[in-house]
Amino acid sequence: MNWTWFHRLGSPPHAYRLAQRLTPWFAWPAAILCLLALYGGLVLAPPDYQQGEGFRMIYVHAPTAWMSLMVYTTMALAAAVALIWRIKVAHAAAAACAPIGASFTFAALVTGSLYGEPMWGTWWEWDPRLTSELILLFLYLGYMGLRAAIEDPQRADRTSAVLAVVGVVNVPIIHYSVSWWNSLHQAPTVMRFGKPHMSPAMLWPLLVMLIGFTLLFAALLLVRLRAEILARERNAAWIREELGA
Amino acid sequence: MREFLDMGGYAAFVWPAYAVTLAVVVANIVWARRLLRQAQAAARRRMAAAGAQP
Amino acid sequence: MPELQHAALGAPDAAVAGSAAPRAAVTLLAAARLVLQRDLTLAFRRRAQLVQPLAFFVIVTMLFPLAISPELARLREVAAGVLWVAALLASLLALEFLFRDDAHDGTLEQYVLSGQPLTALMFAKTAAHWLLTGLPLAVMAPLAALSLGAPPAALPGIVVSLVIGTIALSLIGSIGAALTLGIRRSGVLLALLTLPLSLPVLIFGARASELAILGDPIVAPLELLGALAVLGITLAPLASAAAVRISLE
Repeated sequence: MNWTWFHRLGSPPHAYRLAQRLTPWFAWPAAILCLLALYGGLVLAPPDYQQGEGFRMIYVHAPTAWMSLMVYTTMALAAAVALIWRIKVAHAAAAACAPIGASFTFAALVTGSLYGEPMWGTWWEWDPRLTSELILLFLYLGYMGLRAAIEDPQRADRTSAVLAVVGVVNVPIIHYSVSWWNSLHQAPTVMRFGKPHMSPAMLWPLLVMLIGFTLLFAALLLVRLRAEILARERNAAWIREELGA
Repeated sequence: MREFLDMGGYAAFVWPAYAVTLAVVVANIVWARRLLRQAQAAARRRMAAAGAQP
Repeated sequence: MPELQHAALGAPDAAVAGSAAPRAAVTLLAAARLVLQRDLTLAFRRRAQLVQPLAFFVIVTMLFPLAISPELARLREVAAGVLWVAALLASLLALEFLFRDDAHDGTLEQYVLSGQPLTALMFAKTAAHWLLTGLPLAVMAPLAALSLGAPPAALPGIVVSLVIGTIALSLIGSIGAALTLGIRRSGVLLALLTLPLSLPVLIFGARASELAILGDPIVAPLELLGALAVLGITLAPLASAAAVRISLE
C-alpha cells in the first residue's frame, strides 16, 4: 500500500489547498439535502398517530444530537492521529471541531427540552440521553477551556489532544453509567406517547437530514481547518504564494 | 397555511426547535467564514511586515 | 533525605559499574517505591495540607443538615449522595497539591529524565496521593455517615465503597492535574475537566452507599466501581505521564 497520500495530507500547504478545493463539494450538497429533508419532514411526512405534528421536532433534534457525538469522535480521532504521528494538520482539525460540536450539543439540548415538554409534560427530564448530552457539553467546554488556558499553541494542541482521547474513552462509560442510574431511580421515563413508528415517508427525511448535517460538518470543518492552519504556519513561504500578498 | 403554521397545536415547540437549530447552523457558517477571513488578513499583515524589513 | 532518594533514581550506581546496563541499578519497582516514600515523607512534613481536605469533607457534610433539616429520617434519604458529593469535592480540592510542588522545584523534570518509565512513577505518585487523601476520607466517612442518620450496620459498606471509589477518583484526578500543569489559577478549570469524567464513580459509589444504608446487598455497584478503578489503574497513569511530558517540553 502506498502511503504518500497520507503524508501529503499532513503537509500544511497541501491540506490547505485540498480543503479549499473540497469545501464547495460538501457545502452545496449539504444545503440541497437539508432543504430537501426540511420539505420532506415539514410537509410531505404524515403526522404521527400519537405525537401528531409534534414529532416533526425529531428532524432537528436527532441530527443535532448525532452531530454532537460524531464531532466529538472526529475530534478525538484527529487528536489521536496528531499525537501518534505528530501531525500538525491533525491538531488543527481537532481544534476546529470543538466549537462546532459544542454549538450542536447546545442545540440538541434545547431541541430535546422543547421535544420533552409536550411528550413528558416537563421541560427537563433526567432522561439518560439528555443527561449524557449535558455531560458531553461539559466535556466540550472543558476541552475549549483547556485550550484557551494554555498560551503556547503547540502545548495547547498536544495537551488538549490528550484530553480529547481521555474523553472519548469515557463517553461510553458515562453513557452506560447514566443509563444504569436512570433505570434504578426512575420508573422508565413516563412518555405520554410512544416513540413515533417510522413509516418510510417519515424516515427518509430524517436520513437525508442526517447526511446533510454530516456534510455540513465536513464543510464547516474544512473552512475552520484553513483558518487553524494559517494560524499555525506563521511565516511559511507558501502562505505568501497562496494569499498573493 | 395557517394550519401548517399551527402544527396541530405544537407550534410553540416545533418552531422554536427549528429556529434554534437554524440559528446554530447559520451562526456556525458565519463564524467559520469570519475566522478564515480574519486568519487570512492576519497572515497578509504578517507577510507585509516581513516584506518591508527583510 | 528525599533529595538523596530521587538523585538515586536514575543515576548509574558506582557500585554496580561492572553491569552492562547501569540504568538497571534501580529497578522499576524500587523506583516506584522511592517515589511513593518520598511523597509520603514530604506530606507528613506538611501536615496542614493533609488535614485541609478532610476538614473540608466534614464541613460540607455538615452543611446539609443545616440547609435541609435536622431530622435524621429525612437526612438518611440523601445521606449517600451527600457523602459522595462531599468526597468528590474534597478529593478535587486535594488534587491541586498532587503535582504542583514537584513541577515548581523541577522534581518532575528529574522523573522524566530518570530513564524510568514515567507511567510507573505517575502511578506511584497517584498511589501516594490516594493514601494521603482518599484513604483518610474513607476512614472519616463513618463519622459523617452517622451524623447523617446512617445506621451503624451500613458503615462497612460505605467505607468499602469509598475506599474503592476514591482510588478511581484519584486516578481520574491525576489526569486532570497533569493536564493543567503550568496553568496559573487552574482550580476552576481542573474542576471542569475532572468532574464530568468522575460522574460514573459518583453514580456507582453513591448507589453502593445507598444500598448499604437500606441494608441491601451492595455487590453489583461495588463490582462496577472496582471495574472503574481497574480501568483507571491501567489507563490513567499513561495519560498523566503523556500530559506531564508535554507540559515539560
